[in-house]
Amino acid sequence: MITVALDRSPEDARPWIEKDRPTHPSLIDTEFRVADLFGMVNVPTIVWIDESGKIVRPNDVAFATDTYKAITGMDAAKSLGAIRAWVLGERRPLDAATIHARQALPTAEHQQARAEFGLARWLWSHGNQDAANRHFARADELAPDDWTIRRGSMLMRGMDPFGQDFRTIRNEWVRAGHAYYLPLPD
Amino acid sequence: MRDLGPDAVSLPSNAARFTLLDEGRTWSGEVALEGETLWLTPQALHAATGWELKPRGVCRDDVCIPASADPGLVADGRVNVSALAKLLERPLVLDADARVAFLGASARKRADRLASLEAPDFVLPDLNGQAHTLSEQRGKKVLLAAYASW
Repeated sequence: MITVALDRSPEDARPWIEKDRPTHPSLIDTEFRVADLFGMVNVPTIVWIDESGKIVRPNDVAFATDTYKAITGMDAAKSLGAIRAWVLGERRPLDAATIHARQALPTAEHQQARAEFGLARWLWSHGNQDAANRHFARADELAPDDWTIRRGSMLMRGMDPFGQDFRTIRNEWVRAGHAYYLPLPD
Repeated sequence: MRDLGPDAVSLPSNAARFTLLDEGRTWSGEVALEGETLWLTPQALHAATGWELKPRGVCRDDVCIPASADPGLVADGRVNVSALAKLLERPLVLDADARVAFLGASARKRADRLASLEAPDFVLPDLNGQAHTLSEQRGKKVLLAAYASW
């Protein structure tokens, strides 16, 4: 297992890692590089990669516990059971056509959003909050489905990712007919 | 030196530096800004992005973009970074007031890699600052899990 924290600094991720005391690599990704490389649009996102470095199950949502089950509707046992079966070789892998069908590949507009987000993060980290906010807002507009941007930017914009600021935009998104989490079928 | 146009601003070396961010690389130095168009000297372009101006065009590794691909790509020995970004299909986000620009990854490059099903490699630090890569896990099944404090 490799865990990657999409956070603005190691200090944001530290409490989670130190509590967990993992024996696996627990990495910090302040440039949101893994989100860019894998086309991730929210957390938690998991990817299954086999021994030869091939993606055998693309971006999916899975929680390790049922703490948030009432809100998310995600069943931890089901996800963990599937992972266990895969690790033990008890589960037939998805065929390539199915994997392709389940990948949402990055678009030019989305990459533009990620570039706006990248510039905004740099401006924020260099104390130019006004300019940062302009580019955060532009990133939101270009990729309204990307919560690594819309929610991931909140701590860099003086907003509460667990408070009303977040609930307002999440509710607006859901009312417009979109899902906040995008778990894979099956 | 050819006049780049009435709106071009070519800065003396003691003027405010411009920062260009490209795939984790940060470069600061002198640029010419013509509105929202960014021009770099070949030396600056190479230092900032790894792309070099050669007789056959603008090149990096074994890829060359010929000057004929866009007549506005090279002017008087400077390279039009905005035009280069377009030819590479990479987003270039420029903030003239803040004097900084970010050159992002092309959707085609990202999409092609993901469609190949070959997981993209990366190198990231752990809390102790030690670097780890995905590729060092070859030979083992990997569950890659991205999460956040938000």
